[in-house]
Amino acid sequence: MKKVVIYSTPTCPFCQRAKKFLKDKGIEFQDVDVSENEERIEEMIKKSGQMGVPVLDIEGEIIVGFDVERIEKILGL
Amino acid sequence: MEKIYELIIIGAGPAGITAGIYAARKKMDCLVLTVDIGGQTAWSGDVENYTGYQFITGAELASKFEEHIKKYGIEVRENEPVLSLKKEGEIIRVKSSKSEYKAEAVIIASGKKSRELGAQGEKEFKNKGLTYCATCDGPLFSGRDVAVIGGGNSALDAALQLTRIAKKVYIVTKDLSLTADPVMCENAEKTENITILKGCVTKEIFGPRFVEGIKLVCGKTEKVINVQGVFVEIGLVPNSDLANDIDKNNVGEIVINYQTETSLSGVFAAGDVTDVAEKQIIIAAGEGAKAALRAFNYLSRKKMPPKNEKTS
Repeated sequence: MKKVVIYSTPTCPFCQRAKKFLKDKGIEFQDVDVSENEERIEEMIKKSGQMGVPVLDIEGEIIVGFDVERIEKILGL
Repeated sequence: MEKIYELIIIGAGPAGITAGIYAARKKMDCLVLTVDIGGQTAWSGDVENYTGYQFITGAELASKFEEHIKKYGIEVRENEPVLSLKKEGEIIRVKSSKSEYKAEAVIIASGKKSRELGAQGEKEFKNKGLTYCATCDGPLFSGRDVAVIGGGNSALDAALQLTRIAKKVYIVTKDLSLTADPVMCENAEKTENITILKGCVTKEIFGPRFVEGIKLVCGKTEKVINVQGVFVEIGLVPNSDLANDIDKNNVGEIVINYQTETSLSGVFAAGDVTDVAEKQIIIAAGEGAKAALRAFNYLSRKKMPPKNEKTS
């Protein structure tokens, strides 16, 4: 199974939808709440080149926003 | 032959989703085209006035809406904004970002979106320090200096939230006084890390890759403030550009009558995109239900054989 990391904030609706989507599909992921982990904000910005959440990192492939089509494609769903 | 839907619903906020549920229960052949699901509801903080829920977050309510419409197996196409619609004879052509569709009736429930500033650099720096959602992106600006543009309730709400996260918060308004509720203005004025700049128009957002500051014009003087975050909170505009042939009021809202009918027969509208004065989740939902029932009624009447009034 591919390693999935999601950078999120607790108040962002698309973060919640992305996480729910992954859960519903039975995909394990690491949730990084950037409001609790300041040092990881920089990591997210470096990876994605921008400051909006959610950001998904699927083994190096970076997805900005809740882009279902790309998530499905990369995960082969 | 190209498929003709009985009904196309544009938008999937409370109005569009409720319309979809009602259409499904009437077994109408229906398609929903939308940018997202939940609309502004998803971005709302706490909701305490939606009947049946004493307390629910906007995001949770939006996901309840989604579950509800999916239960009926209606076709909902997300990430597909509608660009225009045109009536040709009895058929309405709906053009989206991905395709073109035909329908006998249409419900416009496309809601509202954040008003843009119109400042230089606004597009380039979106998500690179500039955001329209303080609730979502606020936490990313911890320890930084930020500016909130706007002087109304949503701007002050954002600014007060941000004082707990950011180092310094500027409130920038083009008006000479704040227009938010007095209690909020008082709170803002006595909060230490808030600086209020009145009568200042935001002209430019600048930086190399991410926001580094904004240029303001305050009367005859120009001012530069160094901030890493810009939160635009200057109100909302209706997503009504798609409805070119339909009557709108002076703020671009689609004019409807008490039966949700627009100036174009066969086209109905519901929710925040309309000129209904109260913008509330529950009102949008109710208007969506009305619109679906009216659309059903409109289609049933069209399908009835014409009465021969001369026989008797």
